[in-house]
Amino acid sequence: MATKSLHKRNSDLANSNRQLDILSNGIFKNGELPTFKSKLAETNLAPIKAKKIEILQINVGYMCNQVCEHCHVDAGPDRQEIMTRETMQQCLNVIENSGAHTLDLTGGAPEMNPHFRWFVEEASKAGIKDFIVRSNLTIIKANKKYYDLPEFFKKHNVHVVSSMPHWTRGKTDKQRGNGVFDSSIEALKMLNAVGYGMPESPLKLDLVYNPSGAFLPGNQAALEKDFKKALKEDFNIQFHNLFAITNLPISRFLDYLIASENYEDYMYSLVEAFNPSAVANVMCTNTLSVSWDGYLYDCDFNQMLELPVNSKAKHISEFNQDLLEGRNIVISQHCYGCTAGAGSSCQGSVT
Amino acid sequence: MQKTYYDPADLKKFGKISEWNEELGSKFFEYYNSVFKEGALSEREKSLIALAVSHTEQCPYCIDAYTKDGLQRGITKEEMMEALHVGAAIKSGATLVHGVQMMNKVNKLEM
Repeated sequence: MATKSLHKRNSDLANSNRQLDILSNGIFKNGELPTFKSKLAETNLAPIKAKKIEILQINVGYMCNQVCEHCHVDAGPDRQEIMTRETMQQCLNVIENSGAHTLDLTGGAPEMNPHFRWFVEEASKAGIKDFIVRSNLTIIKANKKYYDLPEFFKKHNVHVVSSMPHWTRGKTDKQRGNGVFDSSIEALKMLNAVGYGMPESPLKLDLVYNPSGAFLPGNQAALEKDFKKALKEDFNIQFHNLFAITNLPISRFLDYLIASENYEDYMYSLVEAFNPSAVANVMCTNTLSVSWDGYLYDCDFNQMLELPVNSKAKHISEFNQDLLEGRNIVISQHCYGCTAGAGSSCQGSVT
Repeated sequence: MQKTYYDPADLKKFGKISEWNEELGSKFFEYYNSVFKEGALSEREKSLIALAVSHTEQCPYCIDAYTKDGLQRGITKEEMMEALHVGAAIKSGATLVHGVQMMNKVNKLEM
């Protein structure tokens, strides 16, 4: 398993233009598969337009203590892109005034941003209904300075959303690295110990499931049932909801698909599973993604592909609800990932 | 000309079977889809049965389809292999149990 990001390895695929080339050529160029745009047109769903912003998702940096094989961010310990306090302040101004009901902090490992705690403290004062931090779990056990994160999250009523690709060690470690499973289990126990994920507890703990390979996630409710049963029986761990998320064919997952000669079959699977009713609820219609340097994107995936919002307001400092609402969402073939089957978003399936 | 009898790409064309007989094709797919819906058995259990039978039937299309289906459902390699052994055990048992017929015949014919 790689221990360096594509950027650090100087891989071709570290370049977003190269990724977009791959997604636009080959089977999509020769007409073997319809482009996402023509598929939308076929079903009279084009263009996808942004509605009022309900979820503000802020990527506070690409640095991470893990180098997961499927990571769409190409995150890792070697990434230096970290949101500054100044940009965070600009985000806070928007959080207080945007009317978004959900604030969603992601990364990398957001906790590795040196201003993370200050930001959480300030943002929690804004009266946001649902304040999410996407934690990879192992960060809690990575260093003594993170051991108190469960208490810190609890103090600020943070909704913890954590990645857990499987309830077995083998599948988890293969995707996320050796030792990740045991460390995640320990972290989940620490979260349970302070009340996170317990039945009836207001301290929300949800898990994210990504398939560990070139296949789509199965039924979210069925997977949740299996996860709950196994984690309870094997480790006495509890959590609230499972979000089943489809891996999008970009960055390290795209690299994996190509290297394992699964790219074309995977794209076929996504296109065949295209579900028009998922289109109406794709997350880009009510989410705005902010990058570590403050730029605005329709989603975290477009952020990684460096496809900025189609609006005059390009930066968080220029945030303007009127300019952003109704904008056309920027699409490419990776979008099939969010419309396959039951649909996929950072909140799991959408239908 | 195609040099092999099986082409993995043909699995994607399975639905086209209906083009030459819409009525029976549709009936088949309707039946097929109903069979795999959750009932007294879960979809997960049915998927494992289908995987085992795919092997005993030695259908490469079915093996591809139900291996992928199993992964999507979070079914582990260990569960898949155990299911296969059930199929293999029945296959070998079905061979061996005929040995009783052989023995009967031998006993009948030999002095």
